[in-house]
Amino acid sequence: MSVAEIEAHEVALETPTGGLWRDAFRRLLRNPAAILGAFLVLLFVVAAAFAPLLAPYGPKEQNLLLIARGCCPGPSAKHWLGVDQLGRDVYSRILYGARFSLIIGIVSVSIGLSIGLILGSIAGYVGGFVDSLIMRCMDVMLAIPGLLFAIGIVALLSPGLYQIMIAIGVVNIPIFARLLRGSVLAQRENDFVLAARAVGVRRPVILFSHILPNAISPVIVQGTLAMATAIIDVAGLGFLGLGPQDPATPEWGTMLTDVNDYLQSAPFLAIVPGIAIVISVLGFNLIGDGLREALDPKLRGRVGKFRERKAFWFLGRRVFSRA
Amino acid sequence: MLRYLVRRLLLLVPILFGVSLLIFFWIRALPGTPAESLLGERATPALVQAYRQRYGLDRPVYVQYWDYLKTTVHGDFGVSVASHRRVIAEIGDRFPATIELAVAAMFFAILLGVPLGFVAAKRHGGLFDHVSLVASLIGISIPIFFLAIILKYIFAVRLAWLPSVGRISVLIDMKHPTNFYILDAIIERNWHALGDVLKHLILPGIALGSIPLAVIARITRAAVLDVQNEDYVRTARSKGLPPVTVDRRHILRNALLPVTTIIGLQTGLLLSGAVLTETVFAYPGMGSWLRDAIFNRDYPVLQGGILFLAFVFVMVNLIVDVSYAIINPRIRYS
Repeated sequence: MSVAEIEAHEVALETPTGGLWRDAFRRLLRNPAAILGAFLVLLFVVAAAFAPLLAPYGPKEQNLLLIARGCCPGPSAKHWLGVDQLGRDVYSRILYGARFSLIIGIVSVSIGLSIGLILGSIAGYVGGFVDSLIMRCMDVMLAIPGLLFAIGIVALLSPGLYQIMIAIGVVNIPIFARLLRGSVLAQRENDFVLAARAVGVRRPVILFSHILPNAISPVIVQGTLAMATAIIDVAGLGFLGLGPQDPATPEWGTMLTDVNDYLQSAPFLAIVPGIAIVISVLGFNLIGDGLREALDPKLRGRVGKFRERKAFWFLGRRVFSRA
Repeated sequence: MLRYLVRRLLLLVPILFGVSLLIFFWIRALPGTPAESLLGERATPALVQAYRQRYGLDRPVYVQYWDYLKTTVHGDFGVSVASHRRVIAEIGDRFPATIELAVAAMFFAILLGVPLGFVAAKRHGGLFDHVSLVASLIGISIPIFFLAIILKYIFAVRLAWLPSVGRISVLIDMKHPTNFYILDAIIERNWHALGDVLKHLILPGIALGSIPLAVIARITRAAVLDVQNEDYVRTARSKGLPPVTVDRRHILRNALLPVTTIIGLQTGLLLSGAVLTETVFAYPGMGSWLRDAIFNRDYPVLQGGILFLAFVFVMVNLIVDVSYAIINPRIRYS
């Protein structure tokens, strides 16, 4: 074999078999933790989607007879997870609560992601003054304590479901903007960008159809992880009494608010919604972790550990601020 | 290095200016005013007007902002509408509490997280490694306030081992020269009070420390894995150094570089107040104070308090970045 042939052979060996996404998907399937995560998320989505079919009672259905002999009867055959202080079936409320967490999570992450994506990619691609201006604004948002920022936005818009979505979305904007900016900066110097410019492709087209598709994978990972934090944030705001103003709404965080008074007599009232939150959040965290490994082939081996460190560096900067 | 430092310090000015602008106009956009929230719904218009005048809220907004900037630059945050105390005095009460809580949380997180991550990396791929990875993911997935409620239920309600609310037992009478209750107890040589203060910190510290714990353990693990295959580690081993020495002097010392950074950043976040933890344990820190200020529309407290926290946060970030360059001479900022 000539040298050229050997090189060609090696190149053929290195070429991915079915494109980045199919490869990533295959790697994801081989990761047991990610499979578990997908299962937990599926459980969560099914509970949310089919709550009316699965729940034996309505979420606001009260039966005061059940608590006639003190609060609160624990799990039984009729009420799998017990009855709360107002005689409502906890299992049904948990199922309906999944709807709120899921919808708020998706909408708020979408808000943060789309605005952050636009701002971050403009900052990264245009550079110069625009970059400085956008990133300084993001710095200002990051400097304000995350949860207080969210509380402040809810206070501004008055408490409620939509307001929570907007608040959490806005708090997420700088996270995505920074991520995208870094990603775009890294891609901007690539040869394919130069090639596109050389043949006269217009700048917005280069940004949106050449750079962004290549810069998107960290965003997907971060989006999944942001779903996890969004669910925790929603519960946190609900816990502080900023959630849906109808107290009968089965939102998980709101369900945890009133249990302080019943810790002694009915601890399961706190444990059940808490575990529901943990399960759904864990699911998204596991998938996010798996995706990060799957989408970044360099993550394996020595370089990879450095990458993981970098990823966590980023997390250390912000995501876990909602204390 | 100096140039970098100066540039970073100069960059703080527009950020803090932006924060002040954002807070100022956000507060004024909030529905309701401090006068209304203090005086109640039945306040007469004349009374409300008198209140507005007293706090200078009847002047044009830009005049108010200019005033706010002028006084703030001189370190004066004004007087709280709700408590009638100077905001700076309230920060003097609250911020030490937040620092104590943050230190307690980081103490717990570092003490457990570093060894955990180290052992996990040493037994890479083993059972301990997998268990600790899963545990750290679960740690990240638990909402802090849920963990706080559970801890409170087990250790305060059920076992009654630890107190569940506040910083110090109401029965203890002690002077507070520094407002750091631990220091105060030591200065006053009141050992009973010291024990009580420490007991009050355990549960909130663990709850708040759970997330830094998980992050620190994972970073330590990744860093140790990264370092232990380095050439200098192999050299040290082949020189015949005892494994403990290699672990301590060659691996851990280098692996702890990124860990210290994370510790610094996490501390910065914890110093920004812990609204949820403070709420569950009725702990009088910055977070719950500002939360109440939002609900009370306490303009001076919000303007001063949030700006103060933002200042602390950006300063801690700056210190972390600079100290990273100092402890790791390979990093050169330009």
